[in-house]
Amino acid sequence: MNFAPTIEAVHHGALLSASEAGPAPKRLVVAYGFWIFLLSDIVMFAAFFAGYAVLVRATAGGPTGAELFDQTNVAIETACLLASSFTCGLMSLAANTRNRVRTYFFALVTFVLGAAFLALEIREFGDMIAIGATPHRSAFLSAFFALVGCHGLHVAAGLVWLVVMMAQIATRGFRPAVERRLLCFSLFWHALDIIWVGLFTVVYLMGVSP
Amino acid sequence: MTEAQYGRAPGDNSSDPVEAWEPSGLLVYTIGLLLAVLLTTTSFWVANTSLLWAPGIALGLAVLAIAQMGVHLVFFLHITTGPDNTNNVLALAFGVLIVFLVIAGSLWIMADLNEMMPPAELMDLHMQH
Repeated sequence: MNFAPTIEAVHHGALLSASEAGPAPKRLVVAYGFWIFLLSDIVMFAAFFAGYAVLVRATAGGPTGAELFDQTNVAIETACLLASSFTCGLMSLAANTRNRVRTYFFALVTFVLGAAFLALEIREFGDMIAIGATPHRSAFLSAFFALVGCHGLHVAAGLVWLVVMMAQIATRGFRPAVERRLLCFSLFWHALDIIWVGLFTVVYLMGVSP
Repeated sequence: MTEAQYGRAPGDNSSDPVEAWEPSGLLVYTIGLLLAVLLTTTSFWVANTSLLWAPGIALGLAVLAIAQMGVHLVFFLHITTGPDNTNNVLALAFGVLIVFLVIAGSLWIMADLNEMMPPAELMDLHMQH
């Protein structure tokens, strides 16, 4: 009755060094690389945030944030993006079980909510430009359009990506490559929502509170 | 066994990609959504109420935003403190460091420059000479 060899064998297996165990699974390598990209994207947004925070009072006699921002609109935008982040999570759960109908359904809901967010943002920009609050009116407005517009562009790119992913599932099925891209997409979509949290707080809520 | 050695991909809530529709996965997202909704509504309330001490509102909003980012990271991106997540957490920590340096550094330098800048009348005097 000697268990030592078994225990030792198990122990040895668990302590295999990375070089002995071979390369890491591709899903892990791809997702980690995409995680690094997302972090660098967030660093880029940090630069836009810093620019906005520095220039927020440089209105050059033009309209200020408190005069321009409509909080109801921002609340609806926030709700859309948060809900779409949630349905994107449900989509990745459905994709993990390779349930096509569920995946398509939650992808559709995610797309509609994302598109609604983008439509509201474009309408907001249009209203601001219509009353003369264009990016070249003041440094504050330049920084505002750069920061919020950059996030909007990311959302637009995410919507295109989502459509492409659904086409890939339709034509190629749940292959490992398609599943990796789907994982990257959900990371991207959740990261956009994290950036929006910082954005609505710094730009809209701090902008309208006295 | 090998998965545990290499850690976990960010965004993966289980190391095995093919599992039954997990009620636990659904529960995690639902808890995350509820917490996020709670924090967001609190943020909007804080920004609009007159009950709170006005100079503290900006700080309160910042704390709520950082808390909500944490909720999103844990419940939506599945970043944990577990040993299989070390790589992801380290990369995130480095990203947060750079974000902090860029934002705090810019604000500090620009506030400092504004303070050092002579008032406008003095600048005009210099220009006349």
